[in-house]
Amino acid sequence: MSVPTHSPADVAVGRSPPRVDGAAKVSGRALYVDDLPCEDAWHGATVRSSVPHGRLRGVHLDRAFDWSDVTVVTAADIRGCNVVSLIEGDQPALVPVGGTIRHVAEPVALVAASTRARAFAAAAAVRLEVDELPAALDLDAALRADALVHGDDNVMKTLRIAKGDEVERALAGCDLVIEGVYETGAQEQMYIEPQGMLAHWDEHGACHVTGSMQCPYYVHSAMKVLFGLDDAHAIVTQAVTGGGFGGKEEYPSMLALHAALLARAAGRPVKIVYDREEDVAATTKRHPSRVRHRLGLMRDGTFVAADVDLVLDGGAYVTLTPVVLSRAVLHAAGPYRLPHVRVVGRALATNTPPHGAFRGFGAPQAIFATERQVDRAARALGVDPWELRRKNALRAGDTTSTGQVLEHSVGSLAVLDALRRVAPSPRPDHEGSSSPAWPPPRDELPDVRLGSPVRRGRGIAFCMHGAGFTGSGEQRLAGRASVATRPDGGFEVRSSSTDIGQGAFTTFAQIAADALGVDGARVSVLEPTTDRVPDSGPTVASRTCMVVGKVVEDAATALRAHLLAWGRAHGLSGADLGEIARAHVRDVGEAERTVTYAPPPGIAWDDESYTGSAYPVYGWAACLVDVAVDDDTHEVTIERCVHAVDVGHAIHPVMVQGQIEGGTLQALGWALLEAVKYGGGRVLNPRMTDCIIPTSADAPKMETLLVESPYPFGPHGAKGVGEIPMDGPAAAAANALADALGIEPACVPMLPETIAAARAAREGAT
Amino acid sequence: MTLRVRLNGRDLLLDVDPQRRLLDVLRDELRLTGSKEGCGEGECGACTVLLDGEPVCSCLVPAGQVDGSEIMTVEGLGDGELLSAVQDALVRFGGTQCGICTPGIAVCATAALRREPDASAERLRELLAGNLCRCTGYQLVIDALCAAARPAAGPSGEGAP
Repeated sequence: MSVPTHSPADVAVGRSPPRVDGAAKVSGRALYVDDLPCEDAWHGATVRSSVPHGRLRGVHLDRAFDWSDVTVVTAADIRGCNVVSLIEGDQPALVPVGGTIRHVAEPVALVAASTRARAFAAAAAVRLEVDELPAALDLDAALRADALVHGDDNVMKTLRIAKGDEVERALAGCDLVIEGVYETGAQEQMYIEPQGMLAHWDEHGACHVTGSMQCPYYVHSAMKVLFGLDDAHAIVTQAVTGGGFGGKEEYPSMLALHAALLARAAGRPVKIVYDREEDVAATTKRHPSRVRHRLGLMRDGTFVAADVDLVLDGGAYVTLTPVVLSRAVLHAAGPYRLPHVRVVGRALATNTPPHGAFRGFGAPQAIFATERQVDRAARALGVDPWELRRKNALRAGDTTSTGQVLEHSVGSLAVLDALRRVAPSPRPDHEGSSSPAWPPPRDELPDVRLGSPVRRGRGIAFCMHGAGFTGSGEQRLAGRASVATRPDGGFEVRSSSTDIGQGAFTTFAQIAADALGVDGARVSVLEPTTDRVPDSGPTVASRTCMVVGKVVEDAATALRAHLLAWGRAHGLSGADLGEIARAHVRDVGEAERTVTYAPPPGIAWDDESYTGSAYPVYGWAACLVDVAVDDDTHEVTIERCVHAVDVGHAIHPVMVQGQIEGGTLQALGWALLEAVKYGGGRVLNPRMTDCIIPTSADAPKMETLLVESPYPFGPHGAKGVGEIPMDGPAAAAANALADALGIEPACVPMLPETIAAARAAREGAT
Repeated sequence: MTLRVRLNGRDLLLDVDPQRRLLDVLRDELRLTGSKEGCGEGECGACTVLLDGEPVCSCLVPAGQVDGSEIMTVEGLGDGELLSAVQDALVRFGGTQCGICTPGIAVCATAALRREPDASAERLRELLAGNLCRCTGYQLVIDALCAAARPAAGPSGEGAP
């Protein structure tokens, strides 16, 4: 038995101290929303639509049910603006009678009772009267406008990138044009803690909501709009949160509004905690996509032009879809030198539950297509896919598809070379040969693995990922954070950035301690509560460490300067900073410094033409996957997975490794296992039993290579790392399958039946 | 129904509905909220407790079935503020991120290493396959458990590449 201890040196930036919330989490003491003691809270439940599209005619309470101890809320109880405020105000918190139901999981009424069981029984006793309408349930139906879900053509948003000459002319001049269509399916975030929220109103008319969330100020803003509250009367607190991955970016606003509506009607605290089935059925997932891609190149392997037509299924409401589309479009040309580029991206509305944020945010869909295309090009030319990527990789001084000149922190060649150093052969079974030959000899007969015939293959993928908000987003957000003195001589970081497992609180403590010049154990991070922390912007887009971490560093530096000056003026020259802080609090009160993010110089973006600096900086990654495919069952085993990622600088190397490996496995799950099945607009497998994610037995041993090309405007050179590991592995797995079986996988997930069909089609064709 | 159990080393008499899930009795009646509900159907393992030394999903066990049994939850693994070797390793080697699966992993791994103290990394992957984690990709969890099993050898249970 031991208490985790550390010495000051172990806490410094670049070391890996125990995470600040680690002991509480491993001992079961950490309180997630469903663990919070609240004896008098009632339990809320949601009555949802049962049709994907229809007109709501009425909401009826079953007369046979005893409603005396149940609170019921419908849209008629909303006095303010019935909307879940986000980019567009198109999504109601509850569909009103006379209004339109746009997906099967759409909330229509709410109930609360003293027990969960009673609340669920009450919800089942609410009858909805609906005139069903024809529905558009997938991309093709939306394009045909089988039903109008959005506007007059179901197109939520169109974005275009054009670089260089007219793309048809550029392609006509190429020796070779590779053309393909790629589709990816929805993916469930499957955080292990389902969504939940606790709300109560105090005697001053302020509403307090506490729950599982990534973005307290998104919830805050939604509360203000629906209830007509000012800043001070909507108080939003993040409870310890059991994973998010994007899934708790905007949906928690819906839960908060529902819990608050019920709490007001019931006159007591109300808690809503979804069970797994409701969470999977109703909350947002990764956007399904279809990408048509043409890559034009010369016989010597030089890339010339890319033409990409990309479509995302946004689902029934806009939510975050335009921003997801933006990231997809901006990553569609991949990490390559391409003089001529055309990208057209469209997001369509369908009668399915809205799709939203999931780690990668549109980029993984685009990169899957690009990296499949590059692999096919390598095979068509008969060259090593690694060589072809390296030949065309963007380098410092090169220009991206939006015309951004890459000036610093360009780790493109470094990640490719790091990968090659540990896996020099183009084939797993030729590893160890000193001079890898291309093309490698192919065995006609399968190998044997655990008594079964298998075919082995190796695939790689290469990508860049923009860190932070797109374009001028960070300027608009103007994220703020504070560092303040504590009465005991310690220091406190105040920010709305949430720790959802990624370790934000630990890295903030490290960064602040370093800038203050004190032991990390003397720095605490305040739990994000909107009445006590400034708006640092949302916890999304791989921005927390890079953007908010920099603001924390600057605030800590400013506080140190202030305290040293104050100390000198008050006879404390040379005193320990904690001693000065204590004296300051005692004599004149708390000292606090708040800093607003200042984007690096030279960031200029034009939203109209989609040109300029799309992101302040990019992460770079190269991934390698070795597969063994059972020759009979087509079960895929990942025998090796290496991921080299340029993170700028690792503030906490172990947590950075954890981010990369967690993201890598989510990507491999998306590639090979995770299928969300829809029927009639409804998720048919909304449970962990059939909507599976990888277990420890499915996961490969991870080889993670940290590459550091420091970003001059990040804290200690750090740049975003959260999302990039999600981008490449699916394409690497597909490329490995192509290598093993001679098929050309064109969709995600690649299930055994998909692989079998691709093999059968190939054999039928030859 | 009155149940006689030994819970985290203490003898208790519990007056509960025998149909209630053990998980609800632990969380709602006894305020032991370390055991988590991730799925309610025995898939995720976040509610794992030891029932007479065997890891079970407490969401699948009716309370009436535990009469006369010994139960160990995550709250019983350490000693007050002190963490067990497994818990300590999970913190030190990055084996916990969001932490919601961690109590179940700590409980399951404690039983696994008690039974198979020499379990290889590969074997640990099999023994822990009933505990889903969405954050870590499992590598640092397995590293931590290898370190807990063999403190002298360090965390490189699967060897450096």
